[in-house]
Amino acid sequence: MNGIHDVGGKHGFGPVLVEQNEPYFHEEWEGRMLSMMIACFAAGIYNVDQFRHPIEKMDPRHYLMSSYYEKWLCTVEQNCIDAGIVTRAEVDARHAQLMEGKAA
Amino acid sequence: MTTDNHSHANVLIPEVGLRVKALESLLAEKKAIDPAALDLIIETFETQMGPKNGAKVVAKAWTDPKYRSWLLEDGTAAIKSLGYIGVQGENMVALENTPTVHNVVVCTLCSCYPWPTLGLPPIWFKSAPYRARVVIEPRSVLKEFGLDVPDDVEVRVWDSTAELRYLVLPMRPSGTENLTEQELAALVTRDSMIGTGVAQSPSH
Repeated sequence: MNGIHDVGGKHGFGPVLVEQNEPYFHEEWEGRMLSMMIACFAAGIYNVDQFRHPIEKMDPRHYLMSSYYEKWLCTVEQNCIDAGIVTRAEVDARHAQLMEGKAA
Repeated sequence: MTTDNHSHANVLIPEVGLRVKALESLLAEKKAIDPAALDLIIETFETQMGPKNGAKVVAKAWTDPKYRSWLLEDGTAAIKSLGYIGVQGENMVALENTPTVHNVVVCTLCSCYPWPTLGLPPIWFKSAPYRARVVIEPRSVLKEFGLDVPDDVEVRVWDSTAELRYLVLPMRPSGTENLTEQELAALVTRDSMIGTGVAQSPSH
């Protein structure tokens, strides 16, 4: 599919911004996301094509503004839902619970 | 500016780190993943993967003509022989830079990158500007990286796929005839193996 991910050759994105001495992870959750992505792949929850498909179906605005680790969250979550391991409602509820805990 | 921030907040996942935590805790409870295994994966990435692996491949190719031929003929096998194999490096092709050809690698559709030899990709490699521009104006992009490729040198841009990854074999710098393989490896930068840079000279 030729969605927003197909950026090769498009104009208007501006200069390539290079961060000097870039750390491996900017935030701790990025490392958790990386390892969860690999663990779920190893567990056979998705193959490469199944992994990429939900990223390619992301809302174009979300795709362009999110980090790669956020894109990975979108696809791992979607694949785990599709595989019947979790439901969106469960993830929403746990997420809300953690946000409340932080706010409290 | 306030309006702008507001619209950003609507597009991105709020408290994304907490949503990652939410998903991880649910998957652990349902025994789909083992949190201890996640710790091990992070540690493996932080300690065993990274461009120092690719640099050893390059230094060996610079010093061992037989290995160089093998690497250019069957990158996957030659790289595997040094132990650098695994997820995102299953099929590898080495691209030889010469006085007349400069290679540069991108993944326009995604951020495919050879993890076993180069580790995790830098943010710019995953960014829309790099992916969009390097395929239509590679010389301008390389210039922004401080690399001025002469007009008589052909620039070849290689677009990675989900299954196939590239490693650029940069040219060996002059004045390195007496260096050991280990000393040579120290001159091989990550960017020189992506093609947005060249190997450092010993006086650097």
